[in-house]
Amino acid sequence: MSEAIFRLRNLRKEYQRRLVLDISYLEIYRGEILVVVGPNGSGKSTLLRLLNFLEPATSGEIEFMGHSIPPGAPVGLHLRRQVTMVFQQPALLNRSVLANVSYGRKVRGMPAQNGAMTRLLERLGLASLAGSHAPNLSGGERQRVALARALAFQPAVLLLDEPTANLDPYNVSLIEGLIRDLNREQGTTMVLVTHNVFQARRLGHRVAFLLNGQVVEIAPAEQFFTAPQDARTRAFLNGELVW
Amino acid sequence: MRRRRFLFAGDSAAGQPAQEEAAIDTLLQGLRQAVHLILSLDPEVLEIAGLSLRVSGTALAISVLLGVPLGAALGLRRFTGWSFLRLMLYTGMGLPPVVVGLFVYILLSRNGPLGALNAALIPRLFTPAAMITAQTLIIFPIVTGFTMAALLGVDPLLRQQLLSLGATPWQATLTLLVEARAGIAAAVAAGLGRALAEVGAVMMVGGNIAGETRVLTTAIVLETSKGNFDVAIALGLILLAMALVINFVILQLEERFFRPL
Ligand SMILES: Nc1ncnc2c1ncn2[C@@H]1O[C@H](COP(=O)(O)OP(=O)(O)OP(=O)(O)O)[C@@H](O)[C@H]1O
Ligand SMILES: [Mg+2]
Repeated sequence: MSEAIFRLRNLRKEYQRRLVLDISYLEIYRGEILVVVGPNGSGKSTLLRLLNFLEPATSGEIEFMGHSIPPGAPVGLHLRRQVTMVFQQPALLNRSVLANVSYGRKVRGMPAQNGAMTRLLERLGLASLAGSHAPNLSGGERQRVALARALAFQPAVLLLDEPTANLDPYNVSLIEGLIRDLNREQGTTMVLVTHNVFQARRLGHRVAFLLNGQVVEIAPAEQFFTAPQDARTRAFLNGELVW
Repeated sequence: MRRRRFLFAGDSAAGQPAQEEAAIDTLLQGLRQAVHLILSLDPEVLEIAGLSLRVSGTALAISVLLGVPLGAALGLRRFTGWSFLRLMLYTGMGLPPVVVGLFVYILLSRNGPLGALNAALIPRLFTPAAMITAQTLIIFPIVTGFTMAALLGVDPLLRQQLLSLGATPWQATLTLLVEARAGIAAAVAAGLGRALAEVGAVMMVGGNIAGETRVLTTAIVLETSKGNFDVAIALGLILLAMALVINFVILQLEERFFRPL
């Protein structure tokens, strides 16, 4: 688990001249689950958007699968299609659940494989909703559809932005199990943003703490929670951080 | 066209029973005549309806070909001057046809700025081409504005998420158009309705010349003024039927065909 799939160097992102992300160096290993924690507005979702090549960085470099991508440079479609994200606020198409889930395959020209899609929906507890109109779904159902549509084309890297925020306890453990299985069986690299430190501990191989756009601490999960090095990490974990 | 004159029974004060009865009689008789005129495929009626279809259909086709892509572009991205452009567009949606008619009349008249050029591509006044020009100016803002509004109604987060799912920028745009298809169909239907129903501009720049620039609406005005209510009603029914059929086609396209992605 030491080969890096992503390398970020001096990566900075500004919005209206306000520095939101400032990462001097970060490696993401192939096949790991990296959990990112941090307070609201610390830049977690921004980091995921940059990793998904959805926005250009202001400066710095992203190296992905051996290809170096300077800010603003076009990213080859083949590379971009290796990465996908489950968004904090999923926006679904005004169509059936099945049509939503098949979208990523359709744009890639992959065969529809309705059987496999149905099995995927079954694993997410959505089988009975396959034909339902997506706008009618509940918040938790939408979130699971958003996960299903990302898994449908078997991406190499899965970016998860609080994927269990709207789920009931049963579905949280269902999704956590799925994430773990997927990582183990298919070697999918995952970057998971969560506000749930217990979830971070359950799922993460490594945990990074993001504060004001900077990686304050990054360590193997066990060490991160039992022996955090930085005082700010300790304060954050104890719910005492004032920033 | 057969000229039949329906006379109101008496000119007594309004609201008297005798007159009301006569008016209803006229309407019923007119309806009967109208059905007959339509079923007998009266050549003059067919010619007038055909010109309506040609003029409004061409204006609609031009407006859709230019207005849908422009409206989509305006609905999908912001730039400096965007708000001003939207204001102009929405104002254009309410342009009075007679004002457009006047404007086109002046432009195309023999010593107007365009008419004086006497160039091959400039339409001449009192021709179907002049009528198409006026109607296009009237409905282009409608088609564009409603298309823009339809795309503004699509979830602004969607595009980025489609890209994340692996769509190319073009695929994402196409998907957003499909998402907005009900609104785009309404834009096309509104443009069609406005064109077919429009009288003022086609009257001014077309001149309602029999056999040349007479369309359904201008013919209805004329026949009504002459008291030929049966013909007027027949033409009105044909106008409605045409709108019905074309809207049916638009909605079929929207529901079945327009689903590439
Ligand atoms: N498109 C944008 N334009 C301007 N500012 C933005 C934009 N996107 C994010 N920001 C700002 O960047 C900062 C980081 O936002 P980000 O969404 O990455 O935070 P986050 O860590 O995901 O927070 P949360 O835990 O609330 O989801 C915030 O202050 C936010 O207001
Ligand atoms: Mg966020």
